[in-house]
Amino acid sequence: MMKSLLPQSQLRRSSAAAVRSSGGGAAGADGAMADGGGAGPRAPASSTFWFLLHALCCLISLFLGFRFSRLLFFLLFSTTALYHSTTSSSSAAVLRATTTTTTTTTTTTTTTNTFTLSFAAANTPPSGPANRTALEAASSGNPQSHVVVGRHGIRIRPWPHPDPVEVMRAHRIMERVQEEQRRWYGVKEPRQVLVVTPTYSRAFQALHLTGLLHSLRNVPYPLTWIVVEAGGTTNATAAMLARSGLTFVHIPFPDRMPHDWADRHATENRMRLHALRVIRERKMDGVVVFADDSNVHSMELFDEVQKVQWMGAVSVGILAHTGTADQLRLSEEDKQNMPLPVQGPACNSSGHLAGWHTFNSLPFSGKTATVVGEAAPVLPRGLEWAGFVLNSRMLWKEADGKPDWVKDLDAVGENGEEIENPLTLLNDPSSVEPLGNCGKKVLLWWLRVEARADSKFPQGWVIEPPLEVVVPAKRTPWPETTTELPSELLDDKQEQEDRRLSRANKSSRPQGTTKRKGDPQGQDN
Amino acid sequence: MGTGAGSARAMAAALAVLLLACSGAVAVARAQDTERIEGSAGDVLEDDPVGRLKVYIYELPTKYNKKMVAKDSRCLSHMFAAEIFMHRFLLSSAIRTLNPEEADWFYTPVYTTCDLTPWGHPLPFKSPRIMRSAIQFISNRWPYWNRTEGADHFFVVPHDFGACFHYQEEKAIERGVLPLLRRATLVQTFGQKDHVCLKEGSVTIPPYAPPQKMKTHLVPPGTPRSIFVYFRGLFYDTANDPEGGYYARGARASVWENFKNNPLFDISTDHPPTYYEDMQRAVFCLCPLGWAPWSPRLVEAVVFGCIPVIIADDIVLPFADAIPWEEIGVFVAEDDVPKLDTILTSIPMEVILRKQRLLANPSMKQAMLFPQPAQPGDAFHQILNGLARKLPHGEGVFLKPGQKVLNWTEGPRGDLKPW
Repeated sequence: MMKSLLPQSQLRRSSAAAVRSSGGGAAGADGAMADGGGAGPRAPASSTFWFLLHALCCLISLFLGFRFSRLLFFLLFSTTALYHSTTSSSSAAVLRATTTTTTTTTTTTTTTNTFTLSFAAANTPPSGPANRTALEAASSGNPQSHVVVGRHGIRIRPWPHPDPVEVMRAHRIMERVQEEQRRWYGVKEPRQVLVVTPTYSRAFQALHLTGLLHSLRNVPYPLTWIVVEAGGTTNATAAMLARSGLTFVHIPFPDRMPHDWADRHATENRMRLHALRVIRERKMDGVVVFADDSNVHSMELFDEVQKVQWMGAVSVGILAHTGTADQLRLSEEDKQNMPLPVQGPACNSSGHLAGWHTFNSLPFSGKTATVVGEAAPVLPRGLEWAGFVLNSRMLWKEADGKPDWVKDLDAVGENGEEIENPLTLLNDPSSVEPLGNCGKKVLLWWLRVEARADSKFPQGWVIEPPLEVVVPAKRTPWPETTTELPSELLDDKQEQEDRRLSRANKSSRPQGTTKRKGDPQGQDN
Repeated sequence: MGTGAGSARAMAAALAVLLLACSGAVAVARAQDTERIEGSAGDVLEDDPVGRLKVYIYELPTKYNKKMVAKDSRCLSHMFAAEIFMHRFLLSSAIRTLNPEEADWFYTPVYTTCDLTPWGHPLPFKSPRIMRSAIQFISNRWPYWNRTEGADHFFVVPHDFGACFHYQEEKAIERGVLPLLRRATLVQTFGQKDHVCLKEGSVTIPPYAPPQKMKTHLVPPGTPRSIFVYFRGLFYDTANDPEGGYYARGARASVWENFKNNPLFDISTDHPPTYYEDMQRAVFCLCPLGWAPWSPRLVEAVVFGCIPVIIADDIVLPFADAIPWEEIGVFVAEDDVPKLDTILTSIPMEVILRKQRLLANPSMKQAMLFPQPAQPGDAFHQILNGLARKLPHGEGVFLKPGQKVLNWTEGPRGDLKPW
């Protein structure tokens, strides 16, 4: 701490041995000068005297905590000592007279020294590490420059923590900057997004709808969520929609959702058409996105669909979920032809739509699920609606610039024919625009995960005591245990566990609330 | 009467047209996402130097240039590589002339910053001797040095303190600019007002930053800028300045101590692989001084559209007459570092957006880079523009026969040894 760091830096930076030790204040420098054979005029006899003085000053400095000797020597030996002054920051033979005020603060004493220095070097007395206020000793170099070479204090304000008002201002700045960015590089005129979702009340509905709801809340464009519910509107669904904070339209659909995948697929298509008719009636304006409740959507999808003119197609990743632990046993040939699990537009080299890439379901033939909730892969059929987006004006009766390759919506599905995919809405399917870098970017994923159709789940996912297990589901994950309640094993936790399990399996015994330790039986309340 | 009414009507029509044109121009300007850059020398960023000056390149023996690069090829990628690439650019440029009689400027291709330590740092200890030896060579072989004593010669000295040829500021100040270069024009990265090592009339250039590497890390410009202040680098140089207070004049340490707890400041000493991408997601990038006031951070901030916050008192920034840095960056005095958050959050919104528009100007980014091969508007061309703006040479450039100004034996004894 006493030593200046210059010798160290020199040693480290280069192997040159030009060490000018400047420790211990000016006295040390004088000593060094004598050692280094510099221009000091001191005779060897007086070197012991200087050495003792140096030692004394070192001790005093140690005691006080700063380089006392330097100040003392400046006061006493201002002319000569200064010329041989310690650090090398003196420019060649340039001395300027300046008046400075140096405030030094130590932990024990406060010493204020005001003195005039004819001094060409800049050094501040070292003080403790952190809490320094600004310390500058003298100016060096050219007359106009006020930038000092040498050691400076590290300026720290008394409360180096963020100010909440400034933090809010900074966030507002960032928001405005991002708004500008969107204006320059983003979509020029954002259109409303109309999201069509067919749904029905079942065990996994809350899971799927919650995920979709959160995705839609993050969409930065104005959005309307059109939810078509099979079997009429239910309170559970209505409650979820109300809590979502989104603008929604909840449409009841009279038919119930069938338990067969094929029939369910057809019913969903009819529900979507119903939604499209509602859009047409209400003349809703925007881009129609078909978001099935179990699908997962990326945010880039919603940015991309803003570009659609009339009808666009995006690439959908198909996640054929097996549902069982064992791998699908595929033949070697099947493994080779394992398809890319993507459905989407395929482009030719000039970037125009050349055809469709669909999911190859041949390797799965015969092993797919037929009933909802069966543990087998669920596959899409043909082209899924999720991969298409429409401009809602395409559905209106009258719209400016509506192309003639679009069929009138009323003409579709009237005779009860099957609407497999949105291409049936068109006369000429080749005018579909490929989106997402010509289908190269997969923007959403198609997934069908359902529990068995008769799975029980609490209404609205609120456990209202008491729960009555009227009919146990055939494949509950809990093992069959005895239905007796052994009273002598009350204090055994393991038994408590079993009892809880066995209670779940009991068909006729009513359920108690919490099991209180020491109670012989489950209590009715 | 008729003429009076007619002239009044004509004037009204002219005024209306003028107003319409102004509003049209204003409307167009607001719709743009960039803005033209005009410095104190005018709208000169896109000038073409071809036809405005001629440069003659001396043929030096390869020990001054090619052999040094062959010895250590790291010279081509460190931040002082501008001297090598400038030579290569000039060799094949249209402003090169093979007839020295018609040249306006003379270039000496000597690479003084190519003597590297095993760790890649350039050692400046031999540089004065190398430069001196090169000047002796050209003054003996050709008469052009002696007729002006170097006043129409330019040298590229991109090292820490330019032609003071030392990495330590105190030693560099002590040495001063090499005496033989007192009349020549220096092209250097260092710039600080009223500093011994910034000669009057020098051309300040940006340090070399690898343009290809930066281009491969570009992200889409629509990526929202969600970091408020960004900085990666040292705050304390514990190897060379263990006590603190010398490195960066205490400014970097002050930044760390004041803002390490501030979530708006993404500052650390990490070396993340996403450094370039992060800069493109930041609104402000700190460019504090280090051991020298200049740093490649300025170039990176400009290329990635992040507003540079320059914390270096009295710094002279590259091409200061062509680029109005006060309008593009934020200057914070070293004493004001504790108030940095207040300063940055109280900049008016229009000012911030205007700075971003100026930074988005592609000619601004191009002016900071040294691409290979050279492209119009890049730093090579800006250097030549700067040299062209110094033409025609003034009165004192050409010496009378027999007049001598420079003292060849001036300087420390060690410099006089031949190389």
